[in-house]
Formats: sequence, C-alpha cells, structure tokens
Amino acid sequence: MASNDAVYKPGFWGWLNKRLPVEQFWRSQVSEYYAPKNFNFWYFFGSLALLVLVLQLVTGIFLAMFYKVGDVSAFDSVEFIRREISYGWLLQYLHSVGASAFFIVVYLHMYRALLYGSYKSPRELLWLFGMFIYLALMAEAFMGYVLPWGNMSYWAATVIINLFSTIPVVGPGLVEWIRGDYGVADATLSRFFSLHVVAIPLVLLLLVALHLVALHETGSNNPDGVEIKERKGSDGHALDGIPFHPYYTVKDIFGVGVFLLLFAIVVFFVPTFGNLFMEEANFEPANPLSTPEHIAPSWYFTPYYAILRAVPSQRIGALLLLLAVLAFFFLPWLDRSPVKSIRYRGGLFKAFLGLFTVSFLALMYLGLKPATGAYVTAARVFSVGYFAFFVLMPWYSRIDRVKPVPERVTFHA
Amino acid sequence: MRKFARIALGLVLLAPLASVAAEPASETLDWESWHADNEVSNVASLQRGARNFMNYCAGCHSMKFVRYSRLAADLKIPTAQLKAHLLPSGATPADYIQSSMPAADAVVWFGKVPPDLSLISRSRGVDHVYKFLKTFYLDPALPNRTNNLVLNAPAMPAVLSELEGVKVAVFKNVEVTTDGKSTVEKRFDHFDTVAPGELTAPEYDAFVRDTVNFLDYAGEPAQVDRRSIGVWVVLFLLVFTWFAYLLKKEYWKDVH
Amino acid sequence: MTDAGTMGHDMGGDAAVDQSRRRFLTVATSATAAVGVAFAVTPFVASWNPSERARALGAPLLIDLSKLEPGQLITPVWRKQPIYVFRRPPQIVAQLAAHDGRLKDPKSAESDQPAYADNEQRSRRADVAVLIGTCTHLGCLPKQHFEPGDALLGTDWPGGFLCPCHGSRFDMAGRVFNGSPASTNLRIPPYSFPTDNTLLIGQDETTAQGAA
Repeated sequence: MASNDAVYKPGFWGWLNKRLPVEQFWRSQVSEYYAPKNFNFWYFFGSLALLVLVLQLVTGIFLAMFYKVGDVSAFDSVEFIRREISYGWLLQYLHSVGASAFFIVVYLHMYRALLYGSYKSPRELLWLFGMFIYLALMAEAFMGYVLPWGNMSYWAATVIINLFSTIPVVGPGLVEWIRGDYGVADATLSRFFSLHVVAIPLVLLLLVALHLVALHETGSNNPDGVEIKERKGSDGHALDGIPFHPYYTVKDIFGVGVFLLLFAIVVFFVPTFGNLFMEEANFEPANPLSTPEHIAPSWYFTPYYAILRAVPSQRIGALLLLLAVLAFFFLPWLDRSPVKSIRYRGGLFKAFLGLFTVSFLALMYLGLKPATGAYVTAARVFSVGYFAFFVLMPWYSRIDRVKPVPERVTFHA
Repeated sequence: MRKFARIALGLVLLAPLASVAAEPASETLDWESWHADNEVSNVASLQRGARNFMNYCAGCHSMKFVRYSRLAADLKIPTAQLKAHLLPSGATPADYIQSSMPAADAVVWFGKVPPDLSLISRSRGVDHVYKFLKTFYLDPALPNRTNNLVLNAPAMPAVLSELEGVKVAVFKNVEVTTDGKSTVEKRFDHFDTVAPGELTAPEYDAFVRDTVNFLDYAGEPAQVDRRSIGVWVVLFLLVFTWFAYLLKKEYWKDVH
Repeated sequence: MTDAGTMGHDMGGDAAVDQSRRRFLTVATSATAAVGVAFAVTPFVASWNPSERARALGAPLLIDLSKLEPGQLITPVWRKQPIYVFRRPPQIVAQLAAHDGRLKDPKSAESDQPAYADNEQRSRRADVAVLIGTCTHLGCLPKQHFEPGDALLGTDWPGGFLCPCHGSRFDMAGRVFNGSPASTNLRIPPYSFPTDNTLLIGQDETTAQGAA
C-alpha cells in the first residue's frame, strides 16, 4: 500500500508517511513482524550484539576526539584520556571491556546457530552474512588493539602481520605492503586508525543491515527447528508466531538489563579481568627492542592461535588457522541432517558438538599459555577435535538417528 | 561462559596473604608469596607514599603522567603543604613530575635511563614492585655490588639501604630431582643483615607498603572513583532490571 | 510456563488483560530507563569540558611590570586570548572624559567587565590598562595607535587602537568610537596586582584560586 493515493492520517504523521514509509516500516519490521514464540535464553544475543555495536560506536567516536594517532603520541594520548579528560577513564574502559563483551555475545550468538541449525536452508545467506560480520569484527578488534601503541600492541601486530608472509610467492612483499614500512611502524598505526575508525565500522553497519534484511526475509528459526510459517492461522499469521513488538521488545529490554548489570560489574570493578581484557605488557610503550615474555593475542583469538602453534611448520600452521575460521562458512552444506535442532538429533551430533565445544574452550585456554611441552600436545589433540566437527559432519549428520520433529513449537520450562 | 565464571570465581576467592617479615635462619624465606596488600583508599598511606617517592625516587624516576596539582587534590594535600614538602624548586603545581636527572648522564652512570614509574604498578603489578624493593642485597661479585631477587643484576643501586640496612643473600645447596635424575642447585635461602638501617624491619616494611600504595594510586588515579560510582550503577541496574522483568512477565501472560 | 504448544496466541483475547498494571509497569520501566539514560549521557557530555591540561595552561599568568614603559604595550596570552597590557601616561588618563561624546558606550553600561573596572579609565589602577585584545566586532587584533593626533586617524585622535580588519576604533580605555562596526567596548579579564610591580591575569577576588 505504498501508492500516494492511500489514505494518510492527518497532521504531521500523515505528511511524513506520504514521503517516507515510517509507519509501514514499523509495522512490517517490528509490530507486525511475527517471530516464533518459543525463543529461549540463546535468543537474547542477537539484540545484545546490536547493543554492544552501538556502545562501541558511541564510545569509539568519543575516544577518537581525544586520541592522537602517531607512534610518538598515541600511548601518551591514551593515558591523557584516562587521567585528564573528565570521565575519560570510563569511556576507555567501556570501549575495551565492550570489545571483549562483543565477542562473548557474538560467540554465544553463533553457538545458538549450531544448537538449532539456524544456518540450514533457507538461512544459508543469513549465516554467511553473519560469518562476514565475524571476520570484520576480528579485523576491527585486531586493529583496535594496536592503537594504544603499547608493547603488546606492537608485538601482536608484528606477529600477526608476519603470518601473511607464509602465503607462497607474494607473502614477504605483501607483509611489507601491509605494514608500509620495514617493521610495524607509524605508517602501520596510521592506516589501522583509519580502517578501525571509518572503513570497518561502515562495512560492519552494511553487513548488519544485510544480516537483518536476510533474517526478516526468511523469518527466524527457533529451538525446535520448526518452520512456523508453514502453519498459518486464519488471520494470515503463523500460528506459532507472536508479533515482535511488544513481546520481544519487552523481553529484549529485560535481557539488556541483565547484560548491562554484568557488564557494569566488570567495567567498574574488574576492567582488566585478570589480564584478559587488558594485558599488563600494554602499559609499557611499544618497544621494538624488547619482546614481552608471553606474546598472546586477546582471548577471543586464542583458539585460532593455539591451532597455529600446534603445528611445527609456520606455513601449515597459518593455513590451518585460516581453515579453522573458514570451516564455519561451509556448515550449511556440510550438515546433511534432515533435522535442524539438537533437540531432535541423535547421539552422534551431540557427541561431536560436545567435542567441538570442549575443544574450542580448551584451545582458547591453551592459546594463552606458552607453546611448550604438554600444552602443545594438548593443542594438537584439541585441534583434531575442533576440525573433526566439520570434516566428519557430512558423514555423521547423515547417518545420525533423528527423532520426529513436532508440527508445532514446544515450550521447555 | 564457563571459563569466565571460573576466572571470576578464582579472583573472588583469592585471599590476600599476610606479609612475611624476615624469617629466622632455619626456614627458607618464602619471598615469592609476599603481597603488597595495599589499600588505595587509605589517603594517609598515600600521602606518606607520595612523600617517600619525592624524597627517594623522584631524583631519578619521573612520573610524566602525574600532575602535582592532581596529586594534591586526590590526596587531600593543601597547596601550601604541597609547595613546602613535595614540590621541587622551580616546579609549579600544574607541572608533571619530572626527574632532575639528565638522560644522557643516567646512561653514563647506570647504563640506561631510569624508567618512568607512572604505570609501573599496572605493567608489573604491585606485588612485583613490593618484592623488588624488599629484596635488594649486597653482591660483591657484581660491578655495582648490588643484586636483587626479583630483577637479576639491576642497573638501579640499593637506594633505600640507608633506611633498610645492608643485607646479603645466603644460598643453600638443594637437591633437585627431575625425571629420576638428581642434581644439586644453589637456591636462595634467607637474608643476613650486615649493617643496620635507620628504620627497623617493620618500619621499613611500612615504608615500602606506603610507597607501593602510592605507585598503585599513580598507575590509575581514577580507581577509587571508579569503584564508588560502580556501586551506584549496579544498584540502579538491579532496580531497572527488576522492573523490566516484571514488565516482561506481565506481557508474556498473553503468550503462555 | 506451560507445555504442549498447541495453544495459538491470543491478542488481547480471552483472559482479562490487566491494562492498568501494564501501563504502570511500562511507565515505571520507561521512567527508570530515562533516568538511566540521563546518567549515562553525563560522562559523554562531561568529556567535552576543558581537560586538566587546558585548565593547567589556563592558570593565572604572572606578569612583571617593572620594565613596562609609559606608552608601551605588551601582549601576553592567557587562555588562548591576547591580553593587552599597557602603561598610560597621566595626561592621557586625564583626557579620557573629554571625548565621551564620540563614544558609543562611554560609561561601559553594555560591556563585559568586572566591578573594579566601573570607572572612567576602566581599570583598577589609572596607569596600567588591562584589556582583552580581541575586537568585539569579529575578533581581529586591534593595532596600537597610542600617539594623539595621528596622521592616519585625524588631528582629534586622542590615542587608542584601530582594528585593521573592518576599521573599528577604540580609545586608551578600550571604549569603542562612534562609526565603528564594533558595538561594545573591549572586554576586560579578571586580574589583580599582587605587588606594585606584578600583574596576575586570571585571578581576582571573585575567582579564588584562578577560575578552575
């Protein structure tokens, strides 16, 4: 009903809607957009991810007002923000804790997809957009960590950029091109600043918009993996659907409250979170002549870092790191099960998902440790567990014994 | 999620261990388990620590992120006292704490420029600094005759020995068994005092604790505010979340 | 929560919906959220206040006047503004009232100044003038023309300032002449004289330790 002959409400609202489909958008996307009524705990994390994105954008915008990019000024400017700008310390902690919160929320959000098969048809593209968001987020976080120009910033940048030298033929030249200098230097910092503050946020916003459009096109999955649009009522709406507003707006607001409570406890009482969210070595300025005792990336990268170091060859390690991330992209096509949700899958899938979960968490822990002795052996074992989930999926998902999927959604207490 | 619960729980359960004064010679000194146990909210301690720093450390070490005026405000030191006792001649309250030692001379005398100490409590930890200041010992084998259990062969001289006294380290031969093979290693056992200082052992310990407390404050001046504001924020969010929960349950009566 | 998902949802259907409770809870939650937003916005807004560095650099400035000759102008900078400090010969001070008729605001009724400047010479001491050297029209720095009877400005020129940008003219007390694009007199910063030969710009009786 977008034609200009339609009847519009009187006054400003009618004037506005004749020119911009505000009310129509609100209805189709929120107040008359039907979502399954059986969303559980795992369904909070999409809206929370959006919240954290906004938080990072706003705190980042304000930090960028005071941060001074440049190898001689960056470190001092961050301390200046913490000490001499009113509430600068709060802006800085919100942003640094926010980065870790973003990954906690995103990992839980992705895990929901593994539990309920949300990546399966017809939601493959939704899943792919999500995976591109994940890649962009990793790039954003990596570059953001370099900006304070502490000693860990410098060395993490050096090590990660050096990974690109493993690419055959073009590797070494590529590394120098990325850095813009013979070592990580002012040139590297400046370009990372621009990418972190402008380019990648724009890419992220675009990808999130596409992600939401794709979601609204297919409609949401749910914990039972039942396609609710297949059973419609006489009013044309899914029998098992409820309008997003007010039911999920009200539920998500509660989710926001709980999240902010936990977030505030960390920001105000343990912002470095035992060296995990902000590392001690980064309170010293970048020093090309002094390597920190343990170079480790931030915790959200350490599973892949553990896989990288599990193999004695740098080239194969780097390749495996890449494959570990790319494996997720193929999930919609690796999974041959007729059933979406773990509730109706057999023991094989549950075992492999359990193995993957344990392996991912174990690798996360091992990536924080030095690559010696028993740690390396364990990393090898858990790398196998990690890849097994993906590599063997076409086999076990096909032969797994499944339970009958109900026609209507169920509620679990 | 599980991993972070474990870490949080571990942090909560970490009880501060009591400090250990010099042990009798029969027991090995467990210096590695010493903790600073400082309270940044203790303003009197911070004031003493600030005085200690200006008298004994600022000659060589700068604190280039700390302003005298900010220090005076946070530590509740009136301007008159700041100027009389803490401010070096030629400095104004708005200045950052700079050391009077020229960098070039420092390199000649010590081999390196004494590091800025604004962030030492954050980059090394308060316990590390506390142990460092308490484990200097006389070592005739080194060119500057000074050694330290935390930092081997430090460029820094034992500047606090006039207060602490001079001590030597006594090592014991200890049998170590790894993979079935036994070797003998020299391990630190305890300190012996060879010359007394101006302060008794408990007095020196208090001196170091105050100084480390001050360094903790200087590393993050906002921390006391941070925690007190945090209490209000958490209380507010509890109230908000409670209302949001009631609202959710009310609307969801429709669905269930 | 019930089981057996055979119930379709009902929009405001069978069971009586307690609308007043819903309204109350919505208002309570929204009001709390609004309070929260107001508090949350505070640190962002506060971060724009001048930083400690700006305030330190804006601290009161001590000037030594012992070498300031009659007719000499110095221009220290305080809080990023040029401050005109000059010594006025007594004969200039005596003549200040003579050209009141040619000024837009001879009694400084409209101008921005501290109480101790509410006199003919607009200053604490007749011999030393302290003015903010920013033209009240559009902000250029007026140039000194202290000699009476200047060739450029006419034989009846009593001495003062000429702004090079748009031609505003001010007298030796910073008062604006008729015919100038500027409409108010040059502004006056807070200041005091700790001793006879020192001037402290930025601190007077009202600003205890210098405006924080």
